[in-house]
Amino acid sequence: MTSTSRLIVGPFNRVEGDLEVTLDIADGVVAEARVNAPLYRGFEQILLGRPATDAMVIAPRICGICSVSQSVAAARAIARVAEVEPPANGRLATDLVLACENAADHLTHFVVFFVPDFARACYASRPWFAAARRRFAANEGETARALLPARARFLHIMGLLAGKWPHSLAIQPGGVTKAVDPAEKVRLLSILAEFREALETTLFADRLEAVASLDSLEALENWADAEAPDRGDFRLFLHICRDLELDRLGGGPGVLVSSGSFGLFQPGVWTPNSVAPFDPGMVVEDVAMSWMEGAAASPFEGRTMPSPDKPGAYTWCKAPRLGGRVVEVGALARQVVDGHPLARALVASGGAGSVKARVVARLLELARLIPAMEDWVRALRPAEPFCNAAPEQAMDGAATGMVEAARGTLGHWLTTHDGRIDGYQIVAPTTWNFSPRDGDNRPGALEQALVGTPVLPGETTPVAVQHVVRSFDPCMVCTVH
Amino acid sequence: MSALAAEDVGMVKALGRFGIRLLWHPSLSEECGAEAIAILDDVAAGRVALDCLCVEGSVLDGPNGSGRFQMMSGTGVSMKDWIARLAARARHVVAIGSCAAYGGVPSAGPNPTDARGLQFSGWDAGGALGKGFRSAENLPVINISGCAPHPGWVVETLASLALGDFGADRLDGLGRPRAIADHLAHHGCARNEFYEFKASASRPSDRGCLMENLGCRATQAPGDCNIRRWNGSGSCTDAGFTCVNCTSPGFESPTGPFQETAKLAGIPVGLPVDMPKAWFVALAALSKSATPPRVRTNAHADHVLVPPARRPPKSP
Repeated sequence: MTSTSRLIVGPFNRVEGDLEVTLDIADGVVAEARVNAPLYRGFEQILLGRPATDAMVIAPRICGICSVSQSVAAARAIARVAEVEPPANGRLATDLVLACENAADHLTHFVVFFVPDFARACYASRPWFAAARRRFAANEGETARALLPARARFLHIMGLLAGKWPHSLAIQPGGVTKAVDPAEKVRLLSILAEFREALETTLFADRLEAVASLDSLEALENWADAEAPDRGDFRLFLHICRDLELDRLGGGPGVLVSSGSFGLFQPGVWTPNSVAPFDPGMVVEDVAMSWMEGAAASPFEGRTMPSPDKPGAYTWCKAPRLGGRVVEVGALARQVVDGHPLARALVASGGAGSVKARVVARLLELARLIPAMEDWVRALRPAEPFCNAAPEQAMDGAATGMVEAARGTLGHWLTTHDGRIDGYQIVAPTTWNFSPRDGDNRPGALEQALVGTPVLPGETTPVAVQHVVRSFDPCMVCTVH
Repeated sequence: MSALAAEDVGMVKALGRFGIRLLWHPSLSEECGAEAIAILDDVAAGRVALDCLCVEGSVLDGPNGSGRFQMMSGTGVSMKDWIARLAARARHVVAIGSCAAYGGVPSAGPNPTDARGLQFSGWDAGGALGKGFRSAENLPVINISGCAPHPGWVVETLASLALGDFGADRLDGLGRPRAIADHLAHHGCARNEFYEFKASASRPSDRGCLMENLGCRATQAPGDCNIRRWNGSGSCTDAGFTCVNCTSPGFESPTGPFQETAKLAGIPVGLPVDMPKAWFVALAALSKSATPPRVRTNAHADHVLVPPARRPPKSP
């Protein structure tokens, strides 16, 4: 006989922002999930009627952890309307600031948000528990104690290039406001060298290049077995993955999207048999189950009008769809679309990915980003321009600003009239991943990923559900901008 | 999230040095879901003592006073009601950031969510907890404003509270700790020579002073931003962009574009605080007429084109 029960889970901490998940449970597994973003913030309404360049101040303040990504998306949208392009130095400095945020966020996710769950009492009987408790415990674990100071010092790149993090105005449509001099170039390389050392000592216990060149599941498992299980946090995580079978938990919708980043990670839409071009023009935001007025529309046409008493709706989040499809975005999507062989292997069986695949892809990307940042610093040419001035005349037009935030594809859809904002729609990574059902009753990516997740007797906040939710590294404050 | 980098060691360790322990933090704590609610219930019922309630983010009153724009997950109760419950039990209440202090960016424009601060709504003492609110230690809400606030401001204010010698005289009229707010963001600005000579930047990445054309409000903005520095050695003006006065109520709604200086008859509307307008105009004219060519040239470049003159000391 099937027994069905309902659990409402929240507050979800160690995710950024407010999240509640309603689970219908049958026979010890999740049968259906509904994801509720219980906060609405109104940024798209606040931006209307303002001077277009004010988006540079307002949009980053959507989020304290994706602030630079919002900044870059706004700058790119305005740049396309104003028809200005950054010079080479401006592009490199912007890439460095964005990569610094992406890399810091990936580290924060692993250390602060994700691995502390393995140090919880529910795992006390596992063979790896003593090591996990010692290293991964929230705030007190050796990993947090070693890597949070390293992260703080890595963010000195932000102090130098962006003035501060979060909420900088250094990234402008025409480049960056901060030119780098020869001494600062050396300081940037010193900061990167220190961060590399911390990652290669504590997180990976190996060279970044060795991690980035792992090219198959077999290579990954051989690497995990090459040393003692607690040699490096990544290796310990891989051993925990094996025991808990995290490669079989949390499969997503099987369509992975990336808008491409840094010229380093190629854009595209991946399905198990092909990679197709990514076209932002195919994005439609559905609001059937959202507390929002209106109908499904392109973000250029869409408006954001709250409707708090709408029957059947259950979240403030809209439901973006790409050509009608539910998609997943994030580091896994970026690495799979780009064709990294290990990332491709991690989604090969079934195409849906897993908790393990998402976390491994994030660390793989971290290992790829730092050497790229070292190259970009070396390519900076002091005394050549860092910023081109935007034209003086009032801007009229419509444009999309796309960027890859740590958590995935972020887009700003901007329309201006007489230099003022006529329309501003933001589709954030977690809007994609944590969207509700749409008008055709198709569940969002997390809602699909949670189906089949085990719920143990007596669990009020099922730990496997928490692993699946956190594997997406959600940012709820961006979601409900 | 800025506080996670506090003192280069992280907020938890920086606070631990002063015996401060986090009962629960949404981003940092292990407890999730039912365990987290149990902690909050214990505090609300008085079973667990709360030395300090720290609130981040505006308090959302809407729609129609219901608070439904922010519900505390898993509880069916609005965040504004949770804040009221917990504030009633707290020895101290601290607003972290300009949103919690004054309403901040969510209260801009049409204020679609009816966002307010804890004790202030913009410049008015009409916040969510009410004008007359006093915590158990008989202090108003302590406003660590800023968007984002400097992590050092958070750590030092909380540590001062833990040291037990923090009185109402340590706060300015807008509830900000005077240790921070008695300074101006202008103090220590590395563009000081350009400011002195009114050698002004005219476009992003210029090295000149940002006040005359690009909207810089550092001469009016409370904060020690350029004295203590951010993320190592940074500051807004050092990185070439304008101070938006993010520590003040209403910063989110300037009269013109953020990155342009509002002027009346060619004179900036927002003059340096405590500076009589006539003197500002007279001194600015005098400074401009005395600007060395080096300073004027460098003000319009993104790197030093003309270095300072090298002259041996004069013999007597």
